[in-house]
Amino acid sequence: MHKKIIIIGGGPAGLAAACAAVEAGVSNEDVLILERDREPGGILNQCIHAGFGLHRFGEELTGPEYAERYIEKARALNIPIALNCMVLSLSSDRRVTFVSPEYGYTEATADAVILAMGCRERTRGALNIPGSRPSGIFTAGTAQRYINIEGYMPGRRVVILGSGDIGLIMARRMTLEGAKVLSVCEIMPYSGGLQRNIVQCLDDFGIPLRLSYTVTEIRGRDRVEGVTIAKVDEANGRRPIPGTEEYIECDTLLLSVGLIPENELTRGAGVPIDRTTNGARVNQFRETGAEGIYACGNVLHVHDLVDYVSEEAAIAGIAAANKVLGRTGGTLKSIEVKPGHGVRYTIPQRIDLTENEDSVRIFFRVTDVFKKVRFIIADEDGNILMKKVKSGAAPGEMESLELKGDIIKALAQSETACVNVYLEE
Amino acid sequence: MKKELTCVVCPAGCRMTAEFDDTGKIISVTGNTCPRGKTYAESELTNPVRTLTSTVAAKSKDGCVMIPVKTSKPIPKGAMLEAMEIIRGLTVTAPVKVGDVISADFIEEGTNLIACKTVL
Repeated sequence: MHKKIIIIGGGPAGLAAACAAVEAGVSNEDVLILERDREPGGILNQCIHAGFGLHRFGEELTGPEYAERYIEKARALNIPIALNCMVLSLSSDRRVTFVSPEYGYTEATADAVILAMGCRERTRGALNIPGSRPSGIFTAGTAQRYINIEGYMPGRRVVILGSGDIGLIMARRMTLEGAKVLSVCEIMPYSGGLQRNIVQCLDDFGIPLRLSYTVTEIRGRDRVEGVTIAKVDEANGRRPIPGTEEYIECDTLLLSVGLIPENELTRGAGVPIDRTTNGARVNQFRETGAEGIYACGNVLHVHDLVDYVSEEAAIAGIAAANKVLGRTGGTLKSIEVKPGHGVRYTIPQRIDLTENEDSVRIFFRVTDVFKKVRFIIADEDGNILMKKVKSGAAPGEMESLELKGDIIKALAQSETACVNVYLEE
Repeated sequence: MKKELTCVVCPAGCRMTAEFDDTGKIISVTGNTCPRGKTYAESELTNPVRTLTSTVAAKSKDGCVMIPVKTSKPIPKGAMLEAMEIIRGLTVTAPVKVGDVISADFIEEGTNLIACKTVL
């Protein structure tokens, strides 16, 4: 089998990338989406809460509604989707092997591959929590799937470790379904979730958020019987402080302790990975270090809003379309984008200047909670290219700066090989 | 009197300060970056409301599946648990289309419980 564009993953990123590629002129028959689940839509299907689409559609949708808009769009464009499909391998020269009930075992080649596999949750194993190994320990997303898709309640008395958005959403969801959420513990001195979720998921229901707290022990033989929580010492590597332990009787522990892009296939293809994002290193078109392989959505870096995933996926889809239709010019010069003080990472990590580059938006996350900051992009020699003042910034909320056409032109003519993105407090 | 509020209308989550008199009438709102913040503050201090989302069991050709649902308008915060009680008692039969009314005049007149997913 040969396709112009193969898209791995039929969630929000894959669907938006496919639609953008077809709208940019690639024939629908030359595109194929490979999806692991029994239906497209990805994680949105289980995110039944509202809050999606304010940027993209100007209205507040639930996850399934947001997904359905893109599923309908893909259907209207007649984009084929292989469901229940598992991709086995990917190579740097864009050979994809997969199995599916419809296609059997297939070795395919493609002019472009778009990686849109999303991310996975970190599990207990990633945290090394001491104690026994009973049932009743779930990642927040697994519990979300059990309740919202399968219709099962995973527990009655719940402690949640980690205050990422999924953890907060599940605190509310389990409360509404009749469970008692006893505590949400967060090892950091601030929550990793959106402020609005702390208000409407915890405060609304009187669920306590314990900052600088972690779980130090899990008890129970067959089922969780309780957990021990303790305050951590910020100044001493966030180690538990002796004497601050509290035992909480519960039957369920949910973990909402971070997401990791699912890049096994990417690594298998030898695509260079960014050590901070755990996703591929990309240019402004979301093209990775392997020619013709693009990445977008949570497999590239974990986003806080699906609206931004769709936006990013469209960039990748259009770029892949231009590539396979022979509409791309050569790269004049590559400029590395480096995170500086207060900036954890940037997307893209490099800008490949072509002849007609109008503007490039650089997305980034800050390292800490800041009150008033000035974001700065400077060239290698420290010359400031642009500044932006902001009243507050937090690691949980993505920031962006747009390098406009005139700055891009100046960069193309200058000697600089990299730009630094940093902040001043 | 003053109250600190976090706006929940959009993901920006503006931190606002609302000043109000003894009757709960708002004198001023600061910190909001759009007009929806002021509306939210007024509602939050008088009759706080939230959009409720949940699931309803549906019989379909694939057996029993859960259909995500939401209230077409925000409902009073105090009515959440009562609303969940009603939702637990509901079942529907597929086909259901996104936007279909699952339960009319839900909690309040003019508010409907609607389907968020198409299940054939």
